[in-house]
Amino acid sequence: MNYQIVISGVGGQGVLFVTRLLAQACMDDNKRVLTSETHGMAQRGGTVISHLKVGTFSSPLIRPGNADLLVALKEENYPQHKGFLRDGGKAIVNAGEESVKGADLTPVDADAMALQDNNLHSTNLYMLGAALASVEVCSLERIKGQIEKVFSAKSDTVRANALLALETGYNHISKEL
Amino acid sequence: MTQINDRQLMLGNEALARGLCESGCQMATAYPGTPASEILPAVAALKKSETLESLHVQWAVNEKVAFEIAYAASIAGQRSAVAMKQVGLNVASDPFMSAAYLGVKGGFLVISADDPGPHSSQTEQDSRLYAMSAKIPVLDPDSPEQARDMVDLGFRLSEQFEIPVMIRPTTRVCHARQDIQINKVIPGTVEANFEKNPGRWAATPKFRFKLHNELEAKLAGIASFEETAPVRLNPDTGKPSKAIVVAGVSAAHARDIVNELDVSDRVALYQVIQPYPLHTAFMDEILETHSDILVLEETTGIIEMQLARRDKVKGKQSGHVPRTGELLPEIMEAIIAEFCGTESRSSIMEPVPGRRPTLCAGCPHRASFFAIKRAAPKGIYTSDIGCYTLGMNLGAVDTVLCMGAAISQAAGFAHAYNDEKRPPIVATMGDSTFFHAGVPALIDAVVQKAPILLVILDNRTTAMTGNQPTPATGIDVLGEEVASVDIAKLVEGCGITYCKTVDPMDTKGFITHIKEAVAYTKENGPGVVISRSPCLLSMSKAQRMEQYQKVEVSDDCDGCGYCVSHFECPALVLDSDNERVDIDASLCSGCGVCVHVCPKGSIVPGLVN
Repeated sequence: MNYQIVISGVGGQGVLFVTRLLAQACMDDNKRVLTSETHGMAQRGGTVISHLKVGTFSSPLIRPGNADLLVALKEENYPQHKGFLRDGGKAIVNAGEESVKGADLTPVDADAMALQDNNLHSTNLYMLGAALASVEVCSLERIKGQIEKVFSAKSDTVRANALLALETGYNHISKEL
Repeated sequence: MTQINDRQLMLGNEALARGLCESGCQMATAYPGTPASEILPAVAALKKSETLESLHVQWAVNEKVAFEIAYAASIAGQRSAVAMKQVGLNVASDPFMSAAYLGVKGGFLVISADDPGPHSSQTEQDSRLYAMSAKIPVLDPDSPEQARDMVDLGFRLSEQFEIPVMIRPTTRVCHARQDIQINKVIPGTVEANFEKNPGRWAATPKFRFKLHNELEAKLAGIASFEETAPVRLNPDTGKPSKAIVVAGVSAAHARDIVNELDVSDRVALYQVIQPYPLHTAFMDEILETHSDILVLEETTGIIEMQLARRDKVKGKQSGHVPRTGELLPEIMEAIIAEFCGTESRSSIMEPVPGRRPTLCAGCPHRASFFAIKRAAPKGIYTSDIGCYTLGMNLGAVDTVLCMGAAISQAAGFAHAYNDEKRPPIVATMGDSTFFHAGVPALIDAVVQKAPILLVILDNRTTAMTGNQPTPATGIDVLGEEVASVDIAKLVEGCGITYCKTVDPMDTKGFITHIKEAVAYTKENGPGVVISRSPCLLSMSKAQRMEQYQKVEVSDDCDGCGYCVSHFECPALVLDSDNERVDIDASLCSGCGVCVHVCPKGSIVPGLVN
């Protein structure tokens, strides 16, 4: 099964980190992966977008109208990048329940969850958790494994906070389904 | 040692570095620049993890110097490579053109990364056109994996014909990440052995003519070098009248598009591996076989130019393919669909303006720019390439041309205006850029007594491209200690007599210093202020906490927006009713500079909690 996923946000939010985590986890599942990332000037607070393609692709870019999933780490990224979604594609948007509207859109108030958990630097991982509960691109366990690996040199608190964010985001969606 | 038969997720730039280390490369040099910046650090990482003692890795002061250092290793018999972004090749173009004539001994690769779009560059120039101009063969990878494979191929091509070889990745190759099969790292074992031959290595014009003839003979051979010949991607579909010729990442897009549109039986799809020189037999064959040929490549029509048959070839010249901007796959799909008489399935998205990049909260450049505007409000502000280009958001950057031009443009303005009408002229330039290309311009300003102030924004790093060291840092790409060059001494060595080093985070003091310096330069010629404060991104959390100054907005704030428009800190947020400004605590670095920005004194030091 092929998947095409757009992840977008603002420089500094960890768009690239989440993309890499997801790509590596899919690779651990023996899937082929291809990503395209934003580096350079845009990383200074500008709009950052990454494309993740899982499966049999040779082009690193997703064409508009083809993405299965859009993960918007900022609400403002949804109108900007919703054009990538195919018919029936899903958008997971970091926003309050009432604030954004759109077909196939699921708001996830990751900022509020992060604030409640005093876990402000993990907003991107709440969103990744929610995304994983929305498409079956790879298992939650694979991502957890990657987090353990990537944060192996960090303190237990950092690792625990990352895992908490991932699971909270995941459970937020899976309990709705 | 690395295990073989191992797949690794790798950025295109890391794959290029991997290729160098899998091919016995013994010297790699670079100057950072998006999208090429990650190549050299990845080589350094492999040198350390694989203990490659025979490999010399270094940042150079600029691309020209980087080129010349690596080139010397090649003529001493070792495999070597230099990496840069496309505008870096402009800086290195002098040795690049000349090295084509002299040729090489050990394989020599020039990796010049292009940035169609452009995403992070001044121009969309096509390095392949430079290769054509220099008469150097160029390879055009379509993916990280092919980029890695082209390193070994390029070295062999380079050695067989004794010629420099360019590898030209684009942003979508450099910054694509792919799972690739890694091969064994092979340490280079060639002892340096420079064989003197002044007729070649120090050729005078008479010998140069001979070398030019030899170069032409080499090119004829390279145009039939079997391993770099174009590849038919759909060999089983016969000889249709239509053909599509693709190269680079356009080839990766085209493979998916031709499959998805299900037109593989209607069109012959060819991938060009070596856009220049285009293989002679290939040109003859496709012009003979096909009557309708579409060429898709980035960014200039190099292949199209060589397939010189206007009646058969569609591309940028004929107006079928855009001549500017990135050749996005959705644009390609529309062109391919029309060429094949079918419908495109993707849409073309209208660009929605995104968020503009901005200097980080707490960036010392912002403090410098604010003070310069206060001290010389009617000045002309020339600036340069780096994070501080973003000073234009504060209205503190009027010109950005190319690396080092802030000083020469400032001098040019100073000479153009007469004494009565000349406004204060303040050039801003980063420390790394000053080393790279500012020094000759400053010497010129001294000689001509140009009444300009140069503010060197010395944040102790090359920030925009990912905090690489500068010649002042004293640490190299391997993290080891190297010599350090003192900027103030260098400035004085250029002949400047007025040079002060000041902390821009002391707003009041800094404004006073800039005013003094502007007054000095008006009467006495050029002066320099070194605005020294480290980049926050290169500081540890502990260092950042140490200087943290909590700030608050008092109830007096009337939402005038002065701080938002004149200081433009992302941590200062005007509420939706324009009634007051709030501090976004998640972004605020606690630099405390905004306390001196608010004209009404409503931003105040807070109590640390």
